[in-house]
Amino acid sequence: MKNKKNIERKTDFIQGNIACAEGAIAAGCNFFAGYPITPASEIAHYMSRKMFEVEGTFIQTEDELAAIANIVGASWGGNKSMTATSGPGISLMLENIGLAVVTETPCVIVNVQRGGPSTGSPSVAFQGDMLQPKFGSHGEYQIIALAPSSPQEMFDFTVEAFNKAEKYRIPVFILADSLIGHMRERVDFPLDDEIILEERKKLKNYQGIHQKIFLDENVAPMPIFGEGLKANITGSTHKEDGFRNVSDPKIMDTAIKRLSNKILKHKEDIIAVEEKYLEDAEVAIFSYGLVYRAVLETVNIARNQGLKVGSFRPITIWPFPQEQVEELSKKVKTIIVCENNLGQMFPFVKAVANGQANVIFLPPETLGTLYHPEDILKVIKEVI
Amino acid sequence: MNKTIEHPLKKYFRGEINYTTCPGCGNGIISQSILRAIDELGINFDDTAFVSGIGCSGWIPSPSFNTDVLHVTHGRSIAFATGLKLAAPQMKVIVSAGDGDTGSIGGNHLIHAARRNIDITVICVNNQIFGMTGGQVAPTTPYNSKTTTTPYGSIERPFDLSNLSIAAGATFVARWTTYQARPLKNSIKKAVLHKGFSFIEVISQCPVQYGKVIGMRNDAVRMLMNYKEKSVNIRKAKNMSEDELKGKFIVGELVEKKNIPELTDEIKRLRQEAKKR
Repeated sequence: MKNKKNIERKTDFIQGNIACAEGAIAAGCNFFAGYPITPASEIAHYMSRKMFEVEGTFIQTEDELAAIANIVGASWGGNKSMTATSGPGISLMLENIGLAVVTETPCVIVNVQRGGPSTGSPSVAFQGDMLQPKFGSHGEYQIIALAPSSPQEMFDFTVEAFNKAEKYRIPVFILADSLIGHMRERVDFPLDDEIILEERKKLKNYQGIHQKIFLDENVAPMPIFGEGLKANITGSTHKEDGFRNVSDPKIMDTAIKRLSNKILKHKEDIIAVEEKYLEDAEVAIFSYGLVYRAVLETVNIARNQGLKVGSFRPITIWPFPQEQVEELSKKVKTIIVCENNLGQMFPFVKAVANGQANVIFLPPETLGTLYHPEDILKVIKEVI
Repeated sequence: MNKTIEHPLKKYFRGEINYTTCPGCGNGIISQSILRAIDELGINFDDTAFVSGIGCSGWIPSPSFNTDVLHVTHGRSIAFATGLKLAAPQMKVIVSAGDGDTGSIGGNHLIHAARRNIDITVICVNNQIFGMTGGQVAPTTPYNSKTTTTPYGSIERPFDLSNLSIAAGATFVARWTTYQARPLKNSIKKAVLHKGFSFIEVISQCPVQYGKVIGMRNDAVRMLMNYKEKSVNIRKAKNMSEDELKGKFIVGELVEKKNIPELTDEIKRLRQEAKKR
């Protein structure tokens, strides 16, 4: 055993977007496809150099539709693949994100959010696309999305995103924003043997045309292309063997439920939340991503003033941490939801709290700007 | 004594599939041409991957061909195939696409794959109509055709998909009709072996949806005979005027360029260069 105390960890002062790219490389990403867009382009810049250094592939595609198509194709070719974009790019990718979900294709999609709708405000930090991963593509499906709040977490959560993508054969989102992406902060890199990597379960031998390669709630093995496994992959409703059936509602029912359950049955493993000062709290502040930084500061100030305030922060946005929020609503009198939008996660918190706690929405004074702790404190004092 | 004779191409089929194509569809001829080409080349079927999109052309490999098949969204097959080829460059990646896939919704992917000269083969089934959705006008439908969305006759000029690919930089381009099944098979063989982006346009009959547009409803034989009459080989066409070629199908191998840098090779070169730095 190496004595890790004597080995100095690499530390750097870098941008969130670069930390994200470094996290991807640490997770074994060897395929990046993307299309230039503010405020995510730095990830592509970095990957255009680094991918080739790790025997991987970088491609600047003709558009975002091609970027997501490329990473799905590469994933079936056995690569660990990623794309990075912002809201407009995600809007273009949504149809193929649905295909990635239904074909159970591991891949990572980074959304460095900017002001929207439409072209919006490219460099303004906004949390306007929170529902997009879960509800943007048509149909009924589950997906995983993580919300980092610092460059360090851009690194850590990207590693985690790859792990969850591989483990559950699903696209995983990183929901950052332009400030997290462009912020420069200290990032501590783990040592190589400190990074635990999940690798996808692969089909080893061809098992006949009815081999089970889909729709297992405990994740079916993936038949990688080029290994004689005769993969039968389609975006149409299909059975466990990949054969399509688009007319029988029972088969559609099974397919949709199993795909959803593949994620929902493993919520305990997937969902991460961070709770601070909640033991005796009367008021909890629900926040994530960039906003969490201001909330944590506010909670510290409030505690110094003797106010019983705590922070509840979903790290996993999707699947929504329903049980955890339900527990929270039983513990506290009031939940203040702070998010940099007009209340995207708020209805979910309110629905889950179901009257057990009073749920208040508090946006920043001006959308796209940071919260002033005193504004949050004012509301805390009103409700406490 | 009864002796069962197996179709020589049966080994390439997944089996237990109900085919969805209409009577007289050109898909059967194209399926055979692809599989005969692979059979004659002696390529291990496991080393080939097929990618197809939405539309009748998608059913040529999916799920019938018993190898790796990726059946994706409408128009995006070339983009998925690009990612697959880059990740698994040892594979022969063949796209089965339609004229809607390549000329309409996915036109951008076609021209950029051609520009990149990525070593994939696109077999474009051009039936000059949107067949599966009910006979709507396609970007390849001749001017003044009456379709379900052009009841007064179409007012837009059609794309020449082969010329579009050539202009975009495709390094092997051939066009045949389903009447020329053998030359089609020979061109597929060349395309699969060709190092670079190859595009094969197959003018294919859709007796149900396009047959009615040209007064040959449900008459595949007449449509094939029409292809025979209207086809002009590129060698002959070179000496014909634009007027003489009106309404004709120019068939043959239109372009074959060698020694143009190919994308997966270029990526290998970049990996070497990245190591040196």
